[in-house]
Amino acid sequence: MTRALQGVRIIEFGGYAAGPHIGKMLANFGATVVHVESRARPDGFRMQYPPYKDGKPGIDRGGCFAFFNDSKLGVTLDVKNPRGLELARRLAAGSDVLIENMRPGVIARIGLGYEALKKQNPRLIMLSTCNMGQTGPRADTPGFGSQLTALAGMCHLTGEPGGPPMLLYGPYIDFIASTVGAVAVLAALERRHQTGEGAYIDISQYESGLMFLAGELLEYHTTGKVAERAGNDDPDAMPHGAFACGGGGWLAVSCWSAAEFARFAQCIGRAGLRREPQAIEEALSSWLRERSADAAARALQAVRVHAHAVATVGDLFTDPQLAARAQWQRKVHPVIGEHSYCGPPFVLSETPGEVTRPAPTLGADNEAVFRNLLGLTAEEYAACEAAGAFA
Amino acid sequence: MLGACRIVDATGRLGWLAGRLLADLGARVVKIEPPGADVSSPQWRALNVNKRLVRLPLDAQSVDQLASDCDILIATPEPGTGETALFDYPRLASKNPALVLVVLTPFGLTGPKAGWRATDLEIMAAAGAMSLAGEPDGMPVRVSAPQAYAWTGAQAAVGALVALAHCRATGRGQLVDVSAQAAVIISLGHAPPFVDIAGVSPTRAGAFMTGRSVAGARFRVFWPCRDGYVNFILYGGAAGRRTNEQLVAWMRERAVDLGPLAGQDWAQWDPTIATQEKVDALEASIMRFFSALTKREFLEGAHQREMLGYPVSTVADIAADPQLAVRGFWQDLGRERHCGVFAVIDGKRPALLEPR
Repeated sequence: MTRALQGVRIIEFGGYAAGPHIGKMLANFGATVVHVESRARPDGFRMQYPPYKDGKPGIDRGGCFAFFNDSKLGVTLDVKNPRGLELARRLAAGSDVLIENMRPGVIARIGLGYEALKKQNPRLIMLSTCNMGQTGPRADTPGFGSQLTALAGMCHLTGEPGGPPMLLYGPYIDFIASTVGAVAVLAALERRHQTGEGAYIDISQYESGLMFLAGELLEYHTTGKVAERAGNDDPDAMPHGAFACGGGGWLAVSCWSAAEFARFAQCIGRAGLRREPQAIEEALSSWLRERSADAAARALQAVRVHAHAVATVGDLFTDPQLAARAQWQRKVHPVIGEHSYCGPPFVLSETPGEVTRPAPTLGADNEAVFRNLLGLTAEEYAACEAAGAFA
Repeated sequence: MLGACRIVDATGRLGWLAGRLLADLGARVVKIEPPGADVSSPQWRALNVNKRLVRLPLDAQSVDQLASDCDILIATPEPGTGETALFDYPRLASKNPALVLVVLTPFGLTGPKAGWRATDLEIMAAAGAMSLAGEPDGMPVRVSAPQAYAWTGAQAAVGALVALAHCRATGRGQLVDVSAQAAVIISLGHAPPFVDIAGVSPTRAGAFMTGRSVAGARFRVFWPCRDGYVNFILYGGAAGRRTNEQLVAWMRERAVDLGPLAGQDWAQWDPTIATQEKVDALEASIMRFFSALTKREFLEGAHQREMLGYPVSTVADIAADPQLAVRGFWQDLGRERHCGVFAVIDGKRPALLEPR
């Protein structure tokens, strides 16, 4: 089967989420993605974030690394070693795209900056992604996405009005940046198709995240209104919230018009219910006492009311909708064993995405990449290895 | 970069960001709205800037005509209604075989919930995102500024361009069927692998971070400060150790009681095996220090010391951030100040177009 991005070669330097997740998304559509690490500095997701196989940390036991690096090839290169740096340059010379998420200036100091690389590969598309972007007074700020999500306003907008801000679990903003980063890389491939030109793309994860609050920011600039956290309330809907069910789950439900509210009230056996919070809370609480969230949602959806159970993360693996769309794709990892990877959130009718292989163990594809992709002879490969290039 | 790409954007709120991101990268995007539709909300204006507005009722005839003269058509038909038939791919492709049709719906066009209705709240619920936000024993919450639409729109932009790349290689278009539920799952980060690798379903932890320690310790994330909150975590790794050392040095400069921090050897600090008792002891002294700082003091002090950690910003804090101003992130169009183009390309941030 033809893959949509067949023939696109991508090389990644960096780790954690914001860089490697771009490569994963594109690898799922057929791009050949080489994830570069070193034995001295492996991807931080391998050892710093659980879960691990059997709960024991280990370089190839990390589920977090695996989850964001499926469908890729994995190599090790010591870029402080002259032979290692030379191989990195050759990989870049033969690639369409280079993605890196180090602190600004680091990749150039290594000798892999865009200005140097484009001399040997003018068609190269290079994307740098970091917290603040490559320029500005705080460009050199180190940072993780879970904290940047707070600077970018999302945490302030999560929680009850009188309570503290809330975390959105992990490095939420990193995945915004990786998603828009993938958009930028694909757009640069389109320009290169049209003009032959390469590109250098500077992604600030902070700025990327602000695109998800663009309306609230425009409103502040225009009227001075500061958006605040409001629990689950919405000014345009009633009810609009999560309600506890007898079985222990929660139902999310909202009504956006008088007609929808009338159907809602009829469905819960309270035709003529007053549309005000306390009456709704009491009526729903009584109706939900003997129902599961799933059953309640099905009943409400049958009369065209917006409703869904509040799924736990575990529920996602038994959700019939996600199963029908093959959201989870299982592969056998050589150390972790069989486990689930996440497929793309969209289905292409002619060239659907696919998790093609489990995440690589550290340096698993050195020989395949440097011999087959780069064309080293057996002697050259052995010499590089002996010189410490693959450390 | 997308100057050769013509896009018709026939979306509701679920899809607005898709066309905005593509327009920001140079695509010529025509935004279709029915005659009389309200386009005055800040959300509409923020996410439909950089597009050309055309008012037109959508029916089979107008959709056929629009689809025959563009590269990408983006739509958000209401599930379970006749609207989905308006965007029937085989019919549209018979007129334009190179058409990339991007359809965004809450659950996708196939599967048992394809006809279900959902807004931001139900999508965040269905994707597991609400289960991860809120107090541990309290109600699950969403982000008060809707996020599901943005996740869906951004992923739709990826799908559109993947299909466009295939079209450029083969001349053939295709249908891109985007599920909002699945798009939001991406926001869960590393929560899903806990389920089948560790056998646990992560849940919300309020103002704390869980999932870092095999001993089950939770780490404080949000700390009250003088004018709000700051976000700081006792990380491990090289950056975490440096941060923790710098924090202690900062506290020493201010003559703050260090408590158990005074004797902590950060070279030996490994949060993945830390116990709750240990974490609680270290965090007590930090709490006292942060309570005396302002958000701005924390931001500047942490930056000077190359520490990990940020204040919890409001939109007002963001609007006043010099980092964004220096990078030219904001762009004024008439009396409106917008988020500018999300990427800097070849050293320049492309400009938003004046409304036409």
